[in-house]
Amino acid sequence: MTVVLGQTFTGISIGAVLLLIALGLSLTFGQMNVINMAHGEFIMAGAYTTYVLQKSIASAGISLLVALPVAFLVSGALGALLEWLLIRRLYLRPLDTLLVTWGVSLMLQQLARDIFGAPNVQTRAPDVLTGNITLIGGDDPLTVANSRLFILGLAVAAVVALSLTLRLTPLGRRIRAVVQNRDLAEVSGISTSTVDRTAFFIGSGLAGVAGVALTLVGPIGPTMGTNVIIDAFLVIVVGGIGQLKGTVIVAFVLGVLQSVLEYSTTVSVAKVLVLVGIVAFLQWRPQGLYTLRTRSLV
Amino acid sequence: MSGLEIRRLRVSFDGFTAVDGVDLDVRPGDLRFLIGPNGAGKTTLVDAVTGLVRAEGSVRFGGEELLGRSVHRIARSGIGRTFQTATVFEELTVLQNLDIAAGAGRSLWTMLRRRKDVPEPVARALETVGLTELADSPAGTLAHGQKQWLEIGMLLVQDVRLLLLDEPVAGMSHDERQATGELLQRISAERTVVVIEHDMDFMRSFARSVSVLHAGKVLSEGTVAEVQADPKVQEVYLGHAAAETTADVAVQEA
Repeated sequence: MTVVLGQTFTGISIGAVLLLIALGLSLTFGQMNVINMAHGEFIMAGAYTTYVLQKSIASAGISLLVALPVAFLVSGALGALLEWLLIRRLYLRPLDTLLVTWGVSLMLQQLARDIFGAPNVQTRAPDVLTGNITLIGGDDPLTVANSRLFILGLAVAAVVALSLTLRLTPLGRRIRAVVQNRDLAEVSGISTSTVDRTAFFIGSGLAGVAGVALTLVGPIGPTMGTNVIIDAFLVIVVGGIGQLKGTVIVAFVLGVLQSVLEYSTTVSVAKVLVLVGIVAFLQWRPQGLYTLRTRSLV
Repeated sequence: MSGLEIRRLRVSFDGFTAVDGVDLDVRPGDLRFLIGPNGAGKTTLVDAVTGLVRAEGSVRFGGEELLGRSVHRIARSGIGRTFQTATVFEELTVLQNLDIAAGAGRSLWTMLRRRKDVPEPVARALETVGLTELADSPAGTLAHGQKQWLEIGMLLVQDVRLLLLDEPVAGMSHDERQATGELLQRISAERTVVVIEHDMDFMRSFARSVSVLHAGKVLSEGTVAEVQADPKVQEVYLGHAAAETTADVAVQEA
């Protein structure tokens, strides 16, 4: 029984990581239909931000807490800059956007190599997060890592914050208005270019937050973005483009699937099976779990 | 109140000239109807004034040049429009639609705060267009006519001084047309209104002045009676119907 629970929890924590890396993309790709291949490097920027802050702030706990908002701002600013320099000239040209942002992604990786060196670096996790917590005691105990719980909490908080912003604030209403009908938004006096940039800032900022979380579960390196970006796009596409609900469900389902299959087979076989499952699912429902109701890309 | 002054307006798409040197003056407080056969350039003219298509020439409103400004700047300088097919933000509620229109110029900071009360101009616009009861329904669930009223309401909360309405009564019942016409007359007491319309009865009942467009040019201009009496108009537009009637008669006689 605890084996099942343990694997499920491992799956949920994989899902939480997937959710965090995909969340920003659900805004920039899902809502705005921009294929930003440099999104992974914004995650990397968040991770390196954590690394830099830890060098100047002695306490690992405080530096991690400070890193969350700072990484949001750093990656958000990078995203807004990219939008202003390149992406805004390429709206409605998805293939060009893909190539251009891929180029930007390579440049950012090289920049990271030049600044921080090619080898991976590590951050220290704060003491509170290094231990384990026992959820079920007894002969057959179920323990989970504190850092995994922290990431789960962070993912949930980020989803709640994003969905409340989109649903309740005038800013969110405007983002939804621009997504639904760009011309009408413009003639209603909304500066759609400002809304685009703001949405891009938020989406990229969330990548930064994901980067902070990733420092707790793995090393920080120039290629860490490339390793996660495909998974992030998969989660969005399977969940249904533009559907936050779908992104959340699919992140956790894929996480649990991966972990359960890993237990009964091996890591790589599990990965293959999950990918085959995704391909089969998309044959059956090409539009993803939830259907698309935005302005293009159908 | 300000008037609209269009000079030598030209719009072309890949060699096809949709609007070809239009001069048009709309007095402040006018309720002007733009009529003309399909393809006359009526909608393109409105697109050019609101900045959605690029145009050459000059469009001045209240003395300010509009051409060359971005769409949202034109909107914020007091010019609002509706689209041929009723266009609202379908997934937002009636109130949210109006709220978006009302808050166009707000700063980023105030946009992150949530407001609970309905601002007074929004409440007034709801009342004017008769949608108070439906304030919390998603706009997508409204009847066709109600969506068109919501569009007009969105212009009212923006406090636009010039309304450009593209076929506001298309698909409406007789009673709805009557109500819309009266609404437009009330609105034009304080604002300038330009209406593109195909419905001749509606035009005859409510227009204060009429411009007839044909093949991208202004063919005739004046009161309803003057325009109807113009032989050029009868030939290209009303005359088209007259010819059909004659043909019908001829067939029946044969």
